[in-house]
Amino acid sequence: MERLQEIWLQSLFGFMALTTVVCSIAVVVTQNVVRAAVWLLFALSGTAGLFFLLGADFVGATQLLIYVGGTMILVIFGVMLTARGPFVSMKTQSGEWTLAALVGVALFGIVAAVVWSTKWPTMDWGDTSKIRGENSPTTVQLGLEFLGIPPQESPKDAAGTPLARLGRDPANIGYLLPFEIVSVHLLVVLIGAAYLARAKRRKAATS
Amino acid sequence: MIVSLETMLLVGAIMFVCGVVTMATKRNAVGVLIGAELVLNASNLNFVAFARYTPFGIDGQAFALFGIVLPAAEAAIALAIILNFYNNHMTVDVDKANELKQ
Repeated sequence: MERLQEIWLQSLFGFMALTTVVCSIAVVVTQNVVRAAVWLLFALSGTAGLFFLLGADFVGATQLLIYVGGTMILVIFGVMLTARGPFVSMKTQSGEWTLAALVGVALFGIVAAVVWSTKWPTMDWGDTSKIRGENSPTTVQLGLEFLGIPPQESPKDAAGTPLARLGRDPANIGYLLPFEIVSVHLLVVLIGAAYLARAKRRKAATS
Repeated sequence: MIVSLETMLLVGAIMFVCGVVTMATKRNAVGVLIGAELVLNASNLNFVAFARYTPFGIDGQAFALFGIVLPAAEAAIALAIILNFYNNHMTVDVDKANELKQ
């Protein structure tokens, strides 16, 4: 039974990862900007599925709501407002393609070499449940982090000794300050975007 | 171990490289923005993967949330600039965008 669940999870991961990778590559290959936006939509949805698979339910839901629902609408509106004939599909020269492919393959080689050669301080998949509580929603923990309330008990490893969390001390206030900065930042961005994109009379039309 | 951390990081790496190549090859300004979104999404995937596999716990997910909100703000500003540029120059070709004001 456990084996069956493992196979099910692995095939689910394979499906999500394949969706994400194939759609990301399709974003690069397609020349039509409308299609690139739609491929990006599927790539982001696949990533949301991977988030759910990794046990990050709130982040996955936020990804679907804000990224897929909000940012993609923005991008598609941007495409529709500027898509006039020649701008829908702008061809890239073949020389640029070869150069970009070379740079891309080299970059991927470097990143993959680093991923495989580094010894990550990983835990076993099962061990994680001891730290975060299996099947418990992450919403409460994230909310406490953002409100600056430190966790009740520090996570422990298998032997029972508390694991030191990066940058944690008794006077820890979690992510309260970054959270406030982001909220003010969003307000500034709203005003700035409205100011930049306000309707203006075109100079050419008046003169 | 059902899926190893390295596999997750490789998926993120492929997304990252795709985003960089998209930013480099697309001539449409909106296409460049799409590439930037791919890069930021790959970083989010890495954050969440590290939150799952390493003892740092929920911190990775908190960072991933910032990594979702900040690109949303970035996309709004970038599209406002692109629309303004389009109004001024009647083009969205980044090769011709050596000055923002006419």
